[in-house]
Amino acid sequence: MLNFTIRRLVLAVPTLLFISLVIFLLLELAPGDPMAQVPLTVPPEVKEKMREALGLGQPMHIRFWKWIVQFFWIEPQVLIDHMFGTTFSEGDLRVISWQTRSPVMDIVVQRIPQTLWVVGTAYVVAILIALPIGIYSAYRQYSWFDQMGTFVSMVGFSVPPFFSGVLVIVIFSVQLGWFPSIYDTTLVVNSWDSFMLQLKQMIMPVMVLALQITAQLSRFMRASMLDNLNQDYVRTARAKGLSEYTVVMVHVLRNSMIPVVTVIALGIPAIFGGAIITEQVFKVNGIGQLLIGAIQANDLPMVQTLTFIFAVLIVLFNLIADVLYGILDPRIRYD
Amino acid sequence: MTDHDRTDTLIPDEGLAPASTALPTTDVMEELATPPRSQWRDVWDQFKTHKGAMLGAILFIFIVAGVYLGPFIWGIDPTQIDIRSRNQGPSWAHPFGTDQLGRDILARMMSGGQTSVSVGITAMLLALFLGSFIGVLAGFFRRLDGPLMRLTDLFLALPLLPLLLVMMLLFREPLSAAFGLERGIFILIVCAIGITSWMPTARIVRGDVLAIKEREFVLAARSIGTSNSQIITRHILPNVLSPIMVSATLGIATAIITESALSFLGLGFPPDFPTWGRLLFDGVDYLQQYPERVFWPGLAISLTVLSVNYLGDGLRDALDPRIRGR
Repeated sequence: MLNFTIRRLVLAVPTLLFISLVIFLLLELAPGDPMAQVPLTVPPEVKEKMREALGLGQPMHIRFWKWIVQFFWIEPQVLIDHMFGTTFSEGDLRVISWQTRSPVMDIVVQRIPQTLWVVGTAYVVAILIALPIGIYSAYRQYSWFDQMGTFVSMVGFSVPPFFSGVLVIVIFSVQLGWFPSIYDTTLVVNSWDSFMLQLKQMIMPVMVLALQITAQLSRFMRASMLDNLNQDYVRTARAKGLSEYTVVMVHVLRNSMIPVVTVIALGIPAIFGGAIITEQVFKVNGIGQLLIGAIQANDLPMVQTLTFIFAVLIVLFNLIADVLYGILDPRIRYD
Repeated sequence: MTDHDRTDTLIPDEGLAPASTALPTTDVMEELATPPRSQWRDVWDQFKTHKGAMLGAILFIFIVAGVYLGPFIWGIDPTQIDIRSRNQGPSWAHPFGTDQLGRDILARMMSGGQTSVSVGITAMLLALFLGSFIGVLAGFFRRLDGPLMRLTDLFLALPLLPLLLVMMLLFREPLSAAFGLERGIFILIVCAIGITSWMPTARIVRGDVLAIKEREFVLAARSIGTSNSQIITRHILPNVLSPIMVSATLGIATAIITESALSFLGLGFPPDFPTWGRLLFDGVDYLQQYPERVFWPGLAISLTVLSVNYLGDGLRDALDPRIRGR
């Protein structure tokens, strides 16, 4: 198992390098000039200087190498400095945003808590809803509850978040006036009232994100339970005279959870991607909105870094899912 | 259902039937009289029993027909500006009302639907072609299997939505300069969605090809000297058709949602060229006063995707010979 984990970790390095190269080349080979917005009255030699200042003067491979060094070598040092008060990274150049002229990672670190808070809550809520629904639909297959579950999850698949989000804004915030339509990230929770406000503004984005995840997870849970319910060991457990609760909730559920746990792990990066739209609808200033803003402002270093962070998340959680599968299911040990 | 099954089992005996007419019961005679059934007939019979799939198919055909044939009946030009009758509610002249420039929303919904549905279908075809091509190559030729599947894994590890957004940002101007504004963006969106959504199809097709390649009929074809390309097109491709068809329906759904998402984020088609996603995006500005402007395009997207998903669900059941006939 350890062998397998190490092998996967080593394989993840070329994958990440390839992805960073794809992102870099995509931004590099794309036509379009970052100096296009500069007024025509600026003389060409000044423009050339501005180019140099943005780090655009050197050939492509050198800039790729510099970016790799900045991202994988200097940024971790900055993190260590920040945590332990050391001075490893002093004087090193960091990835600088063209919009704000400050290091990209500083802005990302400011934005990540908002995203994590909303996305994380939505994921937990969705798991808590989806698992019981999946278990019960499988246990009573083709009952009206199961049919309802199938329909609701089909709807959850089909209604895109930019529609369900706008719909709940119309209903709960415009018509009923229960919840604010804009997520206020400056709110400081220090009293009961502000806690209620925070709860109120989180309900709608969490609801929209959770609907989608619930739809997928509950279907998966149901399929996995159905696979196990007809197995021989279940009949044995029943024949031994175990209570129905023990048979379903201990014997079947434990075995059905193996693939579901990996799907939960695999879904986390996708959720960050999906949150881009939800953040845009509810004006949450998380990393999704940061990405959209950077794209609209043509801030290439920021776009590059953020896209790469999404890629790292995907690779990391794929790895976690694989390892989890091996740990949970002794039949699969890969060696 | 049982009736058909008995017919199926009798088909191989048909040639012998006249010789063995020692005790022909009328029941058997009747069954022999029915012509042999094709595979697609069985698929259709199974498909018909799935109510959701039938409803989905009817709804999808209805939406596609309404979007493409509707403009012949509803003759108002979607771009015609009538500033005097702007922001009207539903009336007989404008069943869905008019927008802030007095353009008829029903006409705009139809023309937006044409774009959305054609983007969905074209992008699906591209993804399907790429996916089947890579899947068949990887499954059939052992030497290509490793590299092609690593490539698929790498593509699966790419963050798709951010990359799509970046592609839209970077290639929008050159392409619209080369092919004209509308066609350029159409090509861009179709290619972007197609290139980023072929991976599931490739994986499924590869798995099926790997299994079929070892079957006797492929060996038989090879032993009479059939070339590789002939084996692929005449023996392998028809047998992997069912997973391809299922991923085709699901592909339309994802392509429509992705296109709408891009338009919703303001990186899709230009404002004067409506799609359902763009209409929804434009409607958000008037959310407080005219919520129905958001409602109609959103409902159109959701219903189309829902119908296609149900269609795919039914198709999957109908094409699976293990489920069919039960």
